[in-house]
Amino acid sequence: MLTTAFDVKQIRKDFPMLESVMNGRRLVYLDNAATTQKPRSVIDRMSRFLKNEYATIHRGVYTFSQESTRECDLVREKCREFLNAAKTSEIIFVRGATEAINLVATGYGAKFLKEKDEIIVSEIEHHSNIVPWQQLALKKGLVLKVIPVLDSGELDMDVFKKLLGPRTKLVAVTHVSNALGTVTPVLEMIRLAHEVGAVILIDGAQGAPHLPVDVRELNCDFYCFSGHKIYGPTGVGVLYGKEKILEAMDPYQFGGDMIETVTFEKVTFAKLPAKFEAGTPAIAEIIGLGAALDYLKKIGFEDIGRSEEELLEYGTKSLLSIDGVKIIGTAPKKASLISFEVHGVHPHDVGTVLNEEGIAVRVGHHCAQPTMRHFHVPATTRASFAFYNTKEEIDALVAGLKKVLKIFR
Amino acid sequence: MNTNGAEVKLNDLYQEVILDHNKKPRNFGKLEDPTGYAHGVNPLCGDDYHVYLKVEPDGLLKQIAFEGQGCAISKSSASLMTAAVQGKKVVEVKALKDQFIHLLTDSMASDATRTAVGKLKIFEGVKQFPVRVKCATLIWRALEEALKTSRDATVEVSTEKEEK
Repeated sequence: MLTTAFDVKQIRKDFPMLESVMNGRRLVYLDNAATTQKPRSVIDRMSRFLKNEYATIHRGVYTFSQESTRECDLVREKCREFLNAAKTSEIIFVRGATEAINLVATGYGAKFLKEKDEIIVSEIEHHSNIVPWQQLALKKGLVLKVIPVLDSGELDMDVFKKLLGPRTKLVAVTHVSNALGTVTPVLEMIRLAHEVGAVILIDGAQGAPHLPVDVRELNCDFYCFSGHKIYGPTGVGVLYGKEKILEAMDPYQFGGDMIETVTFEKVTFAKLPAKFEAGTPAIAEIIGLGAALDYLKKIGFEDIGRSEEELLEYGTKSLLSIDGVKIIGTAPKKASLISFEVHGVHPHDVGTVLNEEGIAVRVGHHCAQPTMRHFHVPATTRASFAFYNTKEEIDALVAGLKKVLKIFR
Repeated sequence: MNTNGAEVKLNDLYQEVILDHNKKPRNFGKLEDPTGYAHGVNPLCGDDYHVYLKVEPDGLLKQIAFEGQGCAISKSSASLMTAAVQGKKVVEVKALKDQFIHLLTDSMASDATRTAVGKLKIFEGVKQFPVRVKCATLIWRALEEALKTSRDATVEVSTEKEEK
């Protein structure tokens, strides 16, 4: 039997939003690193749940509540499978990668790190993987160290090795840079961090949408991602943590669902994963995330990887062919996003002209001001591709950029 | 082509004068010993400007300069602003600032406002791009702040004189 080949035309039909018109033109959506469009299966699943099945979880003895609980448990299992975690108790539902990092900073960092202990982050982190550690460091007298980025956009691994030492207690590093596209050597970094006895968190917000993740093979202590960047809804994400570490940590928020018994004098906290899930969770969003993971599984990371690699290669070649465009971030291993400068034109003006052409790109500092500072640019234009994008859309981007250059000539 | 509207909008936004001031900003640089100074930042897009003023004790804005970086709209707005306010009384500058911001933020802005802002009315095209309005107004907000510090500076200067 023949396996069905990856057919982008068919795939696009799964995403109603890709049919939309923006400023009189068919939408060319190239802002996937910010958030991805949703397949119909996600929209329909959430809609059906809200229309016909909605009830809270864990609390009701009635059938609909039991069903909701079961559905959410199933999604937790899907997330476990998605990350190849050992147990579902290691999958914590959070609002997104940002909350996951804050959870670890509070639940682990504030409990186990002591004055003069060192945390290492990299220069290409998103603000959400800098500020929680910086604030923790300020509060507790910790030292925050930074792995520098090379001009190619790769991390300076020699410096990383030198930064690691007996005082290093935690390393927090991104899987893929949201501003440059660099895929970092997480496997090696995890090994090196463990050699000095540090725990390591991988920010997978930009990794999980593009690369298959196996947390057991990686052997990372924490991994997190956001639902809305992997074709699921906003308001839900996942923190993976090794069971032993999660058990030792303090809860991050207190409230319903995370307790076993409560008196006015004391409380017994619930076991994992409930210990970290205070309050009624984003039930419909969790169920939507489950549908998104099903959708990704159906397509498969092999096809996702192949099509996105083609788009990256074609996009890079196309942009380099334009006189006046310079790509920022040229690491040999990149996810499908291209950050670039248009000579003499501020990214906001680039974005405005492209918008009139129906092209959605991100302009700005991408919440990665230290990265921008390294490359001496206040901001860049970023085109980020998903497997549903096409070469024709990249051609449209190129035509749009030529128009930009014509206006600002 | 269904993009005629878009062409018109873009031409309204990026008029020749705006593009010219973006390329060759006037009064671009730093002033030594300013009486007023402010730093205007638009953290979302990274527009970042410094405004320097020299206000005379009689309330005349004798000299103004700016430096920094940002998009074409913010830079040309800054350049045209400096040209428009230099040599005016501070009270007139404040009135012009109010009218300019009114023109860009109020959909009901009148012809009287347009006349009052004179040459600066070319920025009205920015209105069709709501997210860009703050680019055009940023430098005026910075000017507002600089004028506040300038008043203090004047007070300080006069106090010193009294002490002598």
